Amino acid sequence: MPPREGTYGLLAEFDTPSDLVRAAQQARHDGWRRMDCYTPYPVEEAAEAIGFHRNKVPLVTLVGGLMGLAAMFSMETWVSVLAYPLNIAGRPTYSWPAFIVPAYEWTILFAGLSAAFGMLALNGLPSLYHPLFNAPNFRNGATTDKFFLCLEALDPKFDLVETRAYLTTFTPTSVVEVEY
Amino acid sequence: MATSDLKPKDSDLNRRIDPATGEYRVIAPGQTFMSVTEKIVRIVLTPDTPLGWFAIFGVGGALATVLLVAVTWLFLVGTGIWAITQPVAWGFAIINFVWWIGIGHAGTLISAILLLFKQGWRNSINRFAEAMTIFAVVCAGMFPLIHTGRPWLAYWMLPYPNSMSLWPQFRSPLLWDVFAVSTYATISVVFWYIGMVPDFGTMRDRADSKIAQYFYGMLSLGWRGSVRHWMRYETASLLLAGLATPLVLSVHTVISFDFAVAVLPGWHTTIFPPYFVAGAIYSGFAMVLTLAIPLRKFYHLEGLVTERHIDNMGKVMLATGFIVAYGYGMEAFMAWYSASHWEAFMFWNRMFGPMGWSYWVLITCNLAIPLTTLWSRKLRTSIPFMFFISIVVNTGMWFERFVIVVTSLYRDFLPSSWGTYRATKWDYMIYVGTLGLFTALFLLFVRFLPMIPMSEIRMMLPGAKITPKATAKAGD
Repeated sequence: MPPREGTYGLLAEFDTPSDLVRAAQQARHDGWRRMDCYTPYPVEEAAEAIGFHRNKVPLVTLVGGLMGLAAMFSMETWVSVLAYPLNIAGRPTYSWPAFIVPAYEWTILFAGLSAAFGMLALNGLPSLYHPLFNAPNFRNGATTDKFFLCLEALDPKFDLVETRAYLTTFTPTSVVEVEY
Repeated sequence: MATSDLKPKDSDLNRRIDPATGEYRVIAPGQTFMSVTEKIVRIVLTPDTPLGWFAIFGVGGALATVLLVAVTWLFLVGTGIWAITQPVAWGFAIINFVWWIGIGHAGTLISAILLLFKQGWRNSINRFAEAMTIFAVVCAGMFPLIHTGRPWLAYWMLPYPNSMSLWPQFRSPLLWDVFAVSTYATISVVFWYIGMVPDFGTMRDRADSKIAQYFYGMLSLGWRGSVRHWMRYETASLLLAGLATPLVLSVHTVISFDFAVAVLPGWHTTIFPPYFVAGAIYSGFAMVLTLAIPLRKFYHLEGLVTERHIDNMGKVMLATGFIVAYGYGMEAFMAWYSASHWEAFMFWNRMFGPMGWSYWVLITCNLAIPLTTLWSRKLRTSIPFMFFISIVVNTGMWFERFVIVVTSLYRDFLPSSWGTYRATKWDYMIYVGTLGLFTALFLLFVRFLPMIPMSEIRMMLPGAKITPKATAKAGD
């Protein structure tokens, strides 16, 4: 990605989650779309407020789990029936009930790894750099006890002066400009 | 009235009890986002390591060295240095394997099952319970590997294309174990790490030194607390919890199959899977208490790990203890009801044979002491008593595995093949050594990683409530 220049957005800082949720709901209501909230713990109401209702993690997990199931069960069948058939006390080579246990374990293994790494990938992590870390007050609060609303410059409604005035109407602790 | 009699007299106790429920509070009053964060972060980010830490780490490290010595000699000479022979071909290695992995299960239970049941009180203890799981699995996983005799060929257990054209035998519970335990270890590590990512973000932002900022910055993967990220994160956590729950049940079930699938009296029983799982949780909660009680004292975490946690863990132990008691009862009942001569003899021999003392140690430690006293709330909230009980139950559960393995094997069908079992010094060294390794790993965790999940504690604080005024006003 080529380095960008200029303004990433305007960042408003709030002391309580209630103030943040109220501001985010109003901004969404007023037509803002390119925005995000930053909180030190999951605030479901804030996600609802910016219109983020659903995510793809469950789908990724399901697909991963089915892949694990199919991979292990077919490997067991191939090994026991074709590649290396063993006569174990006269049992049929395709003794599928015994194959359930490893297949079950691999379903969980693949589903769990898909959930974890799928979540990280959908979040775009790891990404050690982000413009928000340039904001002087962001790192002091976003992971501890402060709540942030960022209106991003990519939104067509964005204007450095007007948006700053707009954010001030929510009586935040501060509004700072974030640069790339 | 009874309730007014129960009401504590002194004001300090009053503060710690929630008037709404009459129970101890999950988090002591007066905590804020900042105070919780500072408390947990400073344990790690302080440059001064407490002297006591070095002392205990020294002991743990010394014992881990004993393990290193014993394992080195084992690799040089072979498993003949252990007491295992015919008829007791499974000795300390399998006992310790089952004991350690059982201990690990409480960590998964706390982090996964109690999360699904929305038990908020688990939040303070889940991180170090998960750490306990991982280190217990490390200790457990070692035993089957060193028991193979040629551990450098342990990869032969895995299915992979090889020049010998050999493949594993998928109908054996011992192979199922390979998949169950390796999946369990992987998922536990992933769940633990993912749980720590937001806290690493906090550590990065609160660290003063450049090295700590880089270290935790890397580990945090650039976490910045976007609510979009949080929502996916919450979904993934719930899914991982939902996956870890059947996993933890399956792991100890598969381990019990190692025994139950054999046709040996004392092993060949259908009660094994549920009774092994309950026993695992029983011993695991005991180990959580053994770790939590000194930790909260040493690091002054009484405000976050409160009497409520100790009390609740006592209740879980009481419940699982009774499931275990039912298992013991059923074993005795089936020995009689099966009308099998071998079963009846095995059970008589287990209780009154030359190694019968181990059965009575087990009954005393697992049933007689805990299941009579844990009914009392006064005792359940007494910290010294609960520490004592945790040690008793850990001992009892070790003896349970000893009884199952040794007393079923040493006198089987044919009197001419009877034998006995007496562990050698190498057996003891390896067992004690894993205790040292576990202690050392756990202390490193406490020193370098956030031992209480900050983001989950923040959710439970009064400041996290979204006030109705805000939501009402938002509509306009």
